[in-house]
Amino acid sequence: MMGMDRRKFLKIAGLSAMMGLGGKAAFELLAPGELEASLKELPLTEGKKWGMVVDMTKMNEAIMDRCIEACHTLHNVPNLGNPKEEIKWIWKETYEHTFPGQHHEYVSEEYHGRNFLLLCNHCTNPPCCRVCPTKATWKRDDGVVMMDQHRCIGCRFCMAACPYGVRSFNWGDPRKAPAALNPGFPTNMDYPTRSKGVVEKCNFCAERIAKGQLPACVEAANSVKPHTLVFGDLDDPTSEPRKSLREHYTIRRKPELGSGPNVYYII
Amino acid sequence: MLDKAIKGSPQYWSWVIFLLALMGVGFGCYLYQWFEGLRITGMSRDVSWGFYIGQLTYFVGVAASGVMVVLPYYLHDYKAFGRITILGEFLAVASIVMCGLFVMVDLGNLPRMLNIMIYPNPTSILFWDMIVLNVYMLLNLVIGWNVLSAERKGVGYQKWVKVLIYISIPWAFSIHTVTAFLYAGLPGRHYWLTAIMAARFLSSAFCSGPALLILLALIVRRFTSFDPGKEQIRTLGGIVAYAMIINVFFFLLEMFTAFYSQIPGHMHSIVYLFRGLDGYDRLVPWMWTAAFFALVALVLLIVPATRRRQDILAVACASVIISTWIDKGFGLVIGGFVPNPFERVFEYWPTVPEIFISVGVWATGFFILTVLYKIVVSIKEEVAVS
Amino acid sequence: MYDGGKIIVGLIIGLGLLLFPFYYNAGKAAKAPDPQLTPKAKEAKVCVEETEYMRRSHMSLLDTWRHEVVRDGKRYYTASNGKVYYKSLQVTCMDCHSNKSKFCDQCHNYLDVDPYCWDCHIEPKENK
Repeated sequence: MMGMDRRKFLKIAGLSAMMGLGGKAAFELLAPGELEASLKELPLTEGKKWGMVVDMTKMNEAIMDRCIEACHTLHNVPNLGNPKEEIKWIWKETYEHTFPGQHHEYVSEEYHGRNFLLLCNHCTNPPCCRVCPTKATWKRDDGVVMMDQHRCIGCRFCMAACPYGVRSFNWGDPRKAPAALNPGFPTNMDYPTRSKGVVEKCNFCAERIAKGQLPACVEAANSVKPHTLVFGDLDDPTSEPRKSLREHYTIRRKPELGSGPNVYYII
Repeated sequence: MLDKAIKGSPQYWSWVIFLLALMGVGFGCYLYQWFEGLRITGMSRDVSWGFYIGQLTYFVGVAASGVMVVLPYYLHDYKAFGRITILGEFLAVASIVMCGLFVMVDLGNLPRMLNIMIYPNPTSILFWDMIVLNVYMLLNLVIGWNVLSAERKGVGYQKWVKVLIYISIPWAFSIHTVTAFLYAGLPGRHYWLTAIMAARFLSSAFCSGPALLILLALIVRRFTSFDPGKEQIRTLGGIVAYAMIINVFFFLLEMFTAFYSQIPGHMHSIVYLFRGLDGYDRLVPWMWTAAFFALVALVLLIVPATRRRQDILAVACASVIISTWIDKGFGLVIGGFVPNPFERVFEYWPTVPEIFISVGVWATGFFILTVLYKIVVSIKEEVAVS
Repeated sequence: MYDGGKIIVGLIIGLGLLLFPFYYNAGKAAKAPDPQLTPKAKEAKVCVEETEYMRRSHMSLLDTWRHEVVRDGKRYYTASNGKVYYKSLQVTCMDCHSNKSKFCDQCHNYLDVDPYCWDCHIEPKENK
């Protein structure tokens, strides 16, 4: 089915992962045209249930900052400078506000006020997809809760439905974000910006995992400390995240709501 | 019959032109929003729905209340209401138009509005809301127009109109149930996640709508030669009374569940609205004003002596409207978003352009109401003379 | 005729407004579109599909592409000549046609077409 063999695929995946490049630039590293000639399609059902484990025992502020920077620069996420309009795909939030149900007065010093890394949970049973009137957001067969900005009408029902507050809306034109806060915007000429009036959020780097690359945040974290963010197919018992989940106790945000979040935190 | 709307007294025309002016201002502000984006409103990442959606919710209720006049007349043969079913039906039409406009001004990408029909998602309540609201508007328009037409010609209306009327009765209940379902099924918003949401919506609709209808009937009596009737207004007053009692009762039921269980998720939004949370208390005076007017309304409505005096009834109806409008058109939506999923408070307040756009939408609704009521009154006058 | 005066005045105003675009532009010929290829495009000799097809149907091709990429996850296009392309306006198309103002805009401006693609998809930087 695929024009290349497994070895070549891993070589390309590894190379592009190391370079952290997107799109055509990655292909240019190999002999130009070589990839086009042999490539048919990387099967999307490479995974059936993409998920992530965040190892808070390894995580620190510096790594989190690098993850956020990697994601936001790759995806041209603007810095709007105020909490009213802010757009964030991945960000930091303190323990008590990430897990408000768990928080109590006698939290250990280690976790009191500690920052966690938050992103879309790509839930198994996502309320946002249930409510979207146009299926501009939907759950793909491989588990990614995807955004189609071509179709979004900006009704913001998904934002009301999401129990985790991971969605942002473009209240204005992102290209008009303050220049002082966004040097070099757009930071990635190979990826679009959004227009005003549509919702956006983390998409598990769908454009990267389609090429066998890891999401940008995972790659950024790994470059500092491997296995801080563990991304993989939760449906595959031999995958890295499944291994992590077997070996460590994990918690998720608001599991009692039945949305089935697929981002797990090792604490 | 539409020609009846372009013949009127100077009083009529000055009112119409005033409304058109407000519509113009609203439209101008909307153009500003079109080019700048919704950032010109007070909405934010945390309070992503605001005044527009609150008003949508309120006016769906007013629209549904048409059934409070239609049901007694058509199902229980309460002949007195025959005079005023048309007023209820046309109020429903004007209300649904306002609902539709409030949705449209709230959309981030209005040109793509038809995507909801091209790429429908049957699991989305918004899809069903669009259907039920539009069908209800058409039902009321067709029914009202045909019944009025027949009255003008001095004949009975056609049989198929009766079929539509019978459909419109449960349909009225459905529109507000579906609108309540927009809120009541969202797992992350505990202020809304309650089975009684649809029941509360219906009860507040059935007091606020008829209350508005009473006021409109009194205005029609004052400014035109058509008198909706003393008995009709008296019965409507009774309906408002019962609905308001049920409405307040349901609210108190919510209070009990929240505060007896002491579950933070249930309590926090109510505490924010009525006491303030983490020092944020912008809505507190408003909610207590709503409570005050609800109490005033209840007293005036329950005591027969005050309810049966039309001038005091008017005060009671205004109180009902003020109270329900604050609670449903404002407190409901904001309360759902506060505190946010991170248990933080981020407040909301409509901006000036947002308010002017809303004024424009209200003016459009009242313009349509004026035109339709003018036609009704003219036809009634014509029939009375002949 | 009844109200003849009003009708004639109305006709004159109406026709005046209706025919405004024509007599305003009378005598001026709009410049025909002159799309120019970059050296890279000339070297490639052929686009994703042949020129006539692209002229007629590049918009439906792009519409199909955006649906297939975003919604179906199918990111690679096998052209009729067998070559495989990465479906991307920004990365593939604009790589060769990086002179948007001298290429894409030429016909678009002539026909007063304003595709909203560029609200999101970033135009290549040009040295004007």
